[in-house]
Amino acid sequence: MSGCEGCNCGSRPDAAESRPLGTKRVTVFRYRPCSAVEQGSTEPRGGEPWYDAFEVPYDTGTSVADALGWIKDNRDATLAFRVSCRMGICGSCGLMVNGKPHLACETFLRDLPDEVTIAPLANLDVERDLIVDKEPFLAALTEVKPWLMSAANADGFDTALSENNRQTPAQMLDYQQFAQCINCLLCYAACPQVGFNRPFLGPAAITVAMRYSRDSRDHGTAQRLPALDAESGVWPCTFVGACSTVCPKGVDPAAAVQLAKLVAAKARATGLIKRKEKR
Amino acid sequence: MVIVGGGGAGLRAAIEVAQTRPELSVALVSKVYPMRSHTVAAEGGAAGVLRDAQHGGTDSLQAHFDDTVAGGDWLCDQDVVEHFVEHAAAELFQLERWGCPWSRTAAGDPNVRRFGGMSQARTWFAADKTGFHLLHTLFQASLRHQSIRRYDEHFVLDLLTDDDGVCGVIAYDQRNGYPLLLEAPAVILATGGAARVYRQNTNATIVTGEGMAMAYRAGVALRDMEFVQYHPTGLPGSGILISEAGRGEGGVLLNAAGRRYLADYGLGPQTPLGSPKAKHMELGPRDRLSQAFWYEQQAGRTISTPQGEVVHLDLRHLGRARLHERLPLICDLAEQYVGVDPAVAPIPVAPAAHYTMGGIQVDATTATTLPGLFAVGEAASSGLHGANRLGSNSLAELLVFGNVAGRQAATHATERGEGSDLGRLSHRDAATAAASRYTSMMGRGTQNPAEIRRELGALMAAEVGIFRTADGLTRAATKVAELKERYGQVQVIDTCPVYNTDWAGAIELGGMLDVAEAMIHSALHREESRGAHQRLEGDGVLPRDDVRYLKHTLATYVPGASPAIGYQDVVITKSQPAERVYGDAGQAPSQARLTLAEEAAL
Repeated sequence: MSGCEGCNCGSRPDAAESRPLGTKRVTVFRYRPCSAVEQGSTEPRGGEPWYDAFEVPYDTGTSVADALGWIKDNRDATLAFRVSCRMGICGSCGLMVNGKPHLACETFLRDLPDEVTIAPLANLDVERDLIVDKEPFLAALTEVKPWLMSAANADGFDTALSENNRQTPAQMLDYQQFAQCINCLLCYAACPQVGFNRPFLGPAAITVAMRYSRDSRDHGTAQRLPALDAESGVWPCTFVGACSTVCPKGVDPAAAVQLAKLVAAKARATGLIKRKEKR
Repeated sequence: MVIVGGGGAGLRAAIEVAQTRPELSVALVSKVYPMRSHTVAAEGGAAGVLRDAQHGGTDSLQAHFDDTVAGGDWLCDQDVVEHFVEHAAAELFQLERWGCPWSRTAAGDPNVRRFGGMSQARTWFAADKTGFHLLHTLFQASLRHQSIRRYDEHFVLDLLTDDDGVCGVIAYDQRNGYPLLLEAPAVILATGGAARVYRQNTNATIVTGEGMAMAYRAGVALRDMEFVQYHPTGLPGSGILISEAGRGEGGVLLNAAGRRYLADYGLGPQTPLGSPKAKHMELGPRDRLSQAFWYEQQAGRTISTPQGEVVHLDLRHLGRARLHERLPLICDLAEQYVGVDPAVAPIPVAPAAHYTMGGIQVDATTATTLPGLFAVGEAASSGLHGANRLGSNSLAELLVFGNVAGRQAATHATERGEGSDLGRLSHRDAATAAASRYTSMMGRGTQNPAEIRRELGALMAAEVGIFRTADGLTRAATKVAELKERYGQVQVIDTCPVYNTDWAGAIELGGMLDVAEAMIHSALHREESRGAHQRLEGDGVLPRDDVRYLKHTLATYVPGASPAIGYQDVVITKSQPAERVYGDAGQAPSQARLTLAEEAAL
């Protein structure tokens, strides 16, 4: 049987050689909440963060998630982190790699310098080690009412092909990109306003709101406006655009936020005119 | 009521209860945030008859039924299949109404693609991220319902049962670090599959089967556990899934000589490149394709890589534009994980453990034998898939039977809830005792769980893989018993009460060992070959044996010993067992008969 070198499988040459390429020094942020350190325990430094360094063997296929798994299985079972799908679609494993937000499962040691520092996502509260508090995001997501709202007269739905369940590819394009958000929160770690202005809905929640509001089947924009137009809604955004730079799925949250500002501003203007008419 | 698991099945059940019975409070308990559930990773699509004769097409419920039953090698419960095919499309249109971004035709109708073992294009898709879109649509739709209370990142330790059946679950709040009892007259297990027991698999790290193990320990049988589907196209080493949609769109499989070898395995003749034909060649069912790989490997016609033997999935002829429109995720995955651009080079692929056809024994209404306990989705053995699941039937299953489970459990909760004595002191005592049995694992033990997990994965791959032997399965039974013995002293170093993933992983491992043991013994006792269970004997493969084994296997938990193996009749309504045929042989049975008659005349 032939090896990959002569087999025309198209793998990059080094990918064919899965022998360990050596080791890299992986330094990991550690933290345990004070409340979690039992009285009289010899556990290290409850309540204060610290760093641990590990020499981690790697080959061309070793992701940061694999590296963390290797540390947990072979060096320190107490290391806590989130990981699940291993293929960049579930959104669990966002963290900071050498100061930048990344998905651990699709960031590879082969592409990183010899010294790698891994920390929890910036701008979010740390629960333990690399695990951050995602509850504020879940609350923001719920607040923008991220579900399709049908027209008031549309009871039920057709259970076979009909004009009522059509949406043209052009109509899909209006929102399709925003529907690719995996809720990984890398954009929250990149956004200066999330760190500065805590109640800010944040890029991903606004993106999901706009994913629905730009859907031809949806009639819910007015109901999403109170959340978007609030002080902590779309307005804290100063259009730095870091959210779009770091998005691992090519979503453009910055564009969604600007569109949301436009929707909110229009609604304000219309509201103003109406109020004037009443007077 | 309580729903364990926030993937497609659990969410669909929760929404059904919230919509039809808003007065019932639903606790949706998941060890991850629901949108992380493994439904997210499904790629290719969801099956449901779209264009029947009334809608300008040639598809029919009968055809979907026939494909599913034959694909399952006649081990499907046909009443369940009938209900499924009748309700699948309605559920997919319901998803449309909730906002799912189905891929469309130019006119704007939902589009369908070809899939393995399906005689018609009937697989709805959202590019090649169907599971992702389906899951997020369901999760976001669930957020509008006040009656659904989520318990995210709560790890369910066990079921609570009394003489009347199930009465709740004992969960552990990972974020806050304490156990809690959720009492309910009805519990739905929607905890997914267990393919992580295999070393090379397509599954997320969370797919560890503890829902199955919980039901099993509570006395509910695990059914048809020997039927584990190997997906024919995983990436070597990692097992990351390269969707069947790649073949549905026209991708072809090549061996080391560049030959489309499936023509040699009853799936031919070769279809012209760029003209995929239903149930032919690369659009054969997954079990046959994975078996063909194995034969090619035995014959030395696969390609060696450092991550193991592979064949090539060639998509180049589709062109970059179509690849990026229809298969964007596959393109990303190939580029990221094996450094291949599918527009210019074929993707190396190999079979990887993917799906458990078996699971918790349920009837056609998703009810288990334990009153109040229901199971749905991959966690359950609904009877839909038989010995081999057809791709894209499982996403539709989550919806169709999630709906059923929600209604059934709600009815049960109402009937049993009235005058029930929730909050009984004995329940609390039992729950406290159970919780401390688990929490006391922290800071104890001597046996490294990572080593047990590694050995289990290697064992399952070696002895309970695409082909099995009596000797291998016997060795596996001995070895898994040894691993379980060692697990009794499993080491949990971490003593921190919050996000103790060392501890949670050890509990998951306990479930994996139980599930693996059920798989091994179920496989050992089935002395025939059917669907995904292929038994080698001597130089050949044992034939299918409908006299002895047209039956579901039931594995029942026996504390401290191997499972007891029993059998249950298969429900047959209108399709008598016949030979499974694909390629041209499957397409023209009348011609085949003529040929036989001619032969006889000669």
